Amino acid sequence: MSIKIYIPRDAAALSVGASEVRDAMEKRASLDGMDIQIIGNGTRGMLWLEPLVEVVTAKGRVAYGPVTEADVESLFDANFLSGAKHPLYLGLTGEIPYLAKQERLTFARVGVIDRLDLADYEKHDGLAGLKKALEMTPEAIVEEVLNAGLRGRGGAGFPTGIKWKTALAQTEPQKYICANADEGDSGTFADRMLMEGDPFSLIEGMIIGGRAIGADTGYIYIRSEYPHAIRVMRRAINIMEDAGWLGTNIKNSGTDFNLHVRVGAGAYICGEESSMLESLEGKRGQVKVKPPIPAISGLFDKPTIVNNVLTLGSVPFILSKGAKTYADYGQGRSKGTQPFQLAGDIARGGLVEKAFGITLKELVEDFGGGTHSGRPVKAVQAGGPLGGYIAPEGFDVEMGYETLSEAGAMLGHGGIVVYNDTMSMSKMARYAMEFCEIESCGKCTPCRIGAVRGKETIDKITAGENVVENLEVLEDLCSLMEEASLCAMGGLTPMPVRTALKLFPEEFTGPIIEAAE
Amino acid sequence: MVTLLNTVEDKFAREACREYGDKAEDLLEILHAVQKERGFLSDGALRTIAHSVNITRAEIHGVVSFYHDYKREKQAKLTIKICRAEACQAVGADTLIEQAEAAFGTRLDEKATEVALEATYCLGNCALGPAVMIDEKLYGRVDMKRLQFLSMKHREGGKS
Repeated sequence: MSIKIYIPRDAAALSVGASEVRDAMEKRASLDGMDIQIIGNGTRGMLWLEPLVEVVTAKGRVAYGPVTEADVESLFDANFLSGAKHPLYLGLTGEIPYLAKQERLTFARVGVIDRLDLADYEKHDGLAGLKKALEMTPEAIVEEVLNAGLRGRGGAGFPTGIKWKTALAQTEPQKYICANADEGDSGTFADRMLMEGDPFSLIEGMIIGGRAIGADTGYIYIRSEYPHAIRVMRRAINIMEDAGWLGTNIKNSGTDFNLHVRVGAGAYICGEESSMLESLEGKRGQVKVKPPIPAISGLFDKPTIVNNVLTLGSVPFILSKGAKTYADYGQGRSKGTQPFQLAGDIARGGLVEKAFGITLKELVEDFGGGTHSGRPVKAVQAGGPLGGYIAPEGFDVEMGYETLSEAGAMLGHGGIVVYNDTMSMSKMARYAMEFCEIESCGKCTPCRIGAVRGKETIDKITAGENVVENLEVLEDLCSLMEEASLCAMGGLTPMPVRTALKLFPEEFTGPIIEAAE
Repeated sequence: MVTLLNTVEDKFAREACREYGDKAEDLLEILHAVQKERGFLSDGALRTIAHSVNITRAEIHGVVSFYHDYKREKQAKLTIKICRAEACQAVGADTLIEQAEAAFGTRLDEKATEVALEATYCLGNCALGPAVMIDEKLYGRVDMKRLQFLSMKHREGGKS
C-alpha cells in the first residue's frame, strides 16, 4: 500500500514553495522506488509552518515544517515516511498546541481532507447538514439558523436568520442567494482558506440557504486577487453537479439549485453588499441607497440574500449538529465561533478558530507568539482597514461584536494585524484616508471628497502646518464622514484615523518620524 | 440583433460575448476574457462588446474605468503586483516597493514596457508578507533578492 503524504495546495502554502516541495518529493520517491500518494489538502492554518508536510503513519498524521525544497533529501534520508525524527519534525499534527487549543467548527475539515474529494468530505461529516435540510421545511431551516444566533461574519454582524426570514417571506418566485467572497480587508484570509481547503462546505451552506429562502440560483462573487480560490470553487461546483448535489430536483427533494462563480475586478468596495449586487449585474460597483434591502429587492430587483463565505460555511455545522450545539459556544450576543486571522508582524501567523470571548491578548501572545521580527508590539488593527487600533494596554478586550465596539474597535471579518514599534501611526492614519480615496465608489460626497481632504489635512498636521486648527478640521471631517457617508467605507475610515490619533498623538504633531533602526 | 461578423472590429471579443449569450449582466466576465486574450481592452474591443450586449459605449466606459483590473493600454512584458495593504506594510512592504522601484527603474503604478510594478491591496497572504503576485502566482515572504529571482524566472518562462 502506498504511503499517504499531505501537501497543501492552499495559495499561502504555494506562495512559500509547496509545489516545489511536492515535485521534489515525487522525484525522490520515484528514485527510491517508494510508493507514495500525495494528497492536496488545504492549509491547517499554521502559516508560519508552511509548507507543512504530513505523513500518514499508524499513530496518525505526523507533521514536518516549514519544509523547503532543500529539506526533501534529508527528510527522505531520515526516513520521514515512517514518521521518524528530523529537525523539522513537529509530532502528531493534531497535538500541535496551536491547533489542539482551537475550537474548529467551520474549519473542522480545512487541511484535514483532500479538498476536492467528495467522498473524503462526506466521510468527515460533509453533506450531513444538507441531507437533514432536504427533509426539513424552509421555515424549520430558518428557525434553526435563527436559534443558533449566527451573525454575519463579513463585518456587519447582522443576524443571519432574520435576513433569511425576510427573504423567505417574499412571494416573488425568483430569488437569489449570493456568497460574498470579496474578502478585501487586509489581514484577512479566512474566506480564501475555506474556499481552497473545503469548498464543498460553502456550496453545501448555499444549497441549504437556497432551500431555506426559496432561491434556485446562487452566485459566489470572488475577488480577482484570488485566482486559486476561483479555480478550486469552479472545480468543486462541477464535482457537486456531477454527483447530483446541484441542479434540478436535488436527490429527489424537489429542490432546484444552480450555482455560478463570478469574478470581481479589483474593487474593494464590491465587498459592500449593494455594490456587489451591482457588480454581479455587470455594472459599476456603486453603493445603493437602502431601503429597499436586498432581502426584499436585490439582484435584478429580486429578493436576494448576501452572506459572507464564513457565515454560509457555518450553516452545514448548525444544521447537522443543531442550533444549540453551535450557540453553546461564544458569549452574550456573539454566539458560536469566529475564525480569527493573525497577520502582519506576527511570529505564528495563521487562522485561529475559537469561541467568541477569547481575549485579544490570548490571540496575539499565546497563539501568535508576539512579533515575527522580535520587536515589541506597538498596536494591532482589528477588523480590517476600517477597524480601529488597539495598543497593548487594551489587549484584555474580549473578542465579540459588542465588546469590541465598546472598546472603540470592531470585529469586522476577524482579522488582526500586528505592528511593531517601528511603524509610524500617522503614516498608517494617512494610509487609511488614501485607501478610502483609492477605493471609494464615488457615489457620496463625504467619502469621495472627505478621504482626499483627510489625507491632505493629515499631511499638513504632520508637516507642522497650523497643527491645532488642522486637527480640528480633521476631527470635523471624521465626524462628517462617519455620519453622512452612504456605507461603511466612508463611515468607518475615520475609525483607524481617530484611534491612531488618540493612542499616538505625538506622532502626528511633528514631521513623520522615520522608522527607527 | 443581427451582427455581421465581417463588420466586427474584434472577433475574439465578439465570440466572448456570444459565449455569454450576449448578456450585459455578464459584462465583467466578458471583459476579463477579452483582456486575458488581448492583454488590454482596445477601443475596437469595447465598441464590439458594447454593440454585442446592447449597451452604450458610455456605459461600458463607466464600467471599465471603475474597476482597477481593466487596462486600456498595452501592458509591460512583466507585471509584478506588490501588496501595499496594512498587513504587508507591517512587515516592510514599503521598503520592498522602494527597492523594486530602484532595481527595475520604474515607479509604482507607472507605465512601463519591460517590468511594471502595480500596487495591489491585499492578496490574502497576510501572515506571510510581504506578498507579491506575478502571472496569477502568489508569493510570500518576498524580499528584494527573491523578487529579482522571481522576475527572472517569470521573464524566462514568458507569459504563462
